[in-house]
Amino acid sequence: MTILHHLDQTTLLRYASGDLDEAFSVVVAAHLAMCDECRRELRIAEDIGGRLLEESEMATVSDGAFSRIMCRIDEAEASGETILAAPPIALRGGKQDVPSTLQRYIGTRLADISWKTVAPGVRRHKIALSTPTRSALYMLKIEPGKAVPEHGHGGTEMTLILSGAYRDALGRFGPGDLADLDEHVEHQPRVEPGEPCVCLVATEAPTRFKGIFSRLLQPLVGI
Amino acid sequence: MLIAQVALRQDRDAFKSLFQYFGPRVKSVMLRAGADHEFAEDLVQEVMMTVWRKARLYAPERGPVSTWIYTIARNARIDRLRRASSQPYLDLDEIELASGMADGEDRAFASQRAEHVARALDELPDEQRRIIEYAYVHDMAQSEIAAKLELPLGTVKSRMRLAYTKLKGKLEVLK
Repeated sequence: MTILHHLDQTTLLRYASGDLDEAFSVVVAAHLAMCDECRRELRIAEDIGGRLLEESEMATVSDGAFSRIMCRIDEAEASGETILAAPPIALRGGKQDVPSTLQRYIGTRLADISWKTVAPGVRRHKIALSTPTRSALYMLKIEPGKAVPEHGHGGTEMTLILSGAYRDALGRFGPGDLADLDEHVEHQPRVEPGEPCVCLVATEAPTRFKGIFSRLLQPLVGI
Repeated sequence: MLIAQVALRQDRDAFKSLFQYFGPRVKSVMLRAGADHEFAEDLVQEVMMTVWRKARLYAPERGPVSTWIYTIARNARIDRLRRASSQPYLDLDEIELASGMADGEDRAFASQRAEHVARALDELPDEQRRIIEYAYVHDMAQSEIAAKLELPLGTVKSRMRLAYTKLKGKLEVLK
């Protein structure tokens, strides 16, 4: 897999510093799981955090803090179960086309996803999140040759291609590619012929459309 | 190495040294991220408990101990202070460990990389460095940083990019 479109640098720094909500961090983590290059970049971005922690001034920690933590460790161990984390087991083999970080959200196979048609040639699967957020996370499956109407964004939008491909003014986006767009970008993606394009999308709730009509339109403009 | 002693033998003296070094720093970061004293103490307990539990999973070829502890503290902050989810971060760690994705990098490279990052951070112009600190230490969102500095969001983003590009430039010599 040759990945051509990567995380924006500011997105990388936001991820490393913990400034993304669950919807966006799921998309970023899935891209990172597929992209060696961005994982190397993440190490650099996290080294910044490590360095700032080392340079940090020292707050006064209460006197009993260390013995309290040792008590908790003793208690936990006295109960017989080990609290030490086990090394993760090697990845399961078999037919999987979903990045591992995404499997807890949508299962292991794209073929098993249940879709709902939201527009001709466009199907959607909403993904439930475990924490409250203003953003939405969903999968889209768009038929070959289908063009999505030109649209801007009410907020930041991030799209990770899992299979198939689309093309827009920014180039061709295939599996592993990430379209990391801010609200100023307008684009008109067209799915390449051959196979449907399946992608994972996080969108910030649009803040400028508030009426009922826009909310009805949102499944379309929110793409 | 202290962390190796904790990992191999659950060495409590080594763990105490780690606690004494990192505990007060983690607390200071949590205070600046908006926790009160009691909450920050709680978070120190939680972070150091994770250090004890996961010491065996620390992989030096991915970065220095301080970077690893920073990520544990960041994850605690995401879950407890922001009430968001660090699950995607944990899942990514897990697959990296399970598949031995060290990307051909070794621990010598990782520690050199961290030294270069440290030096480059020291050399950043104040206006860039401050933004990086707001994001990493004060846990401020980009929009909050923009509001605090009375700058357009785009300026905050471009200063972040400049800072990061400078850090990366310093790393070119390692390649």
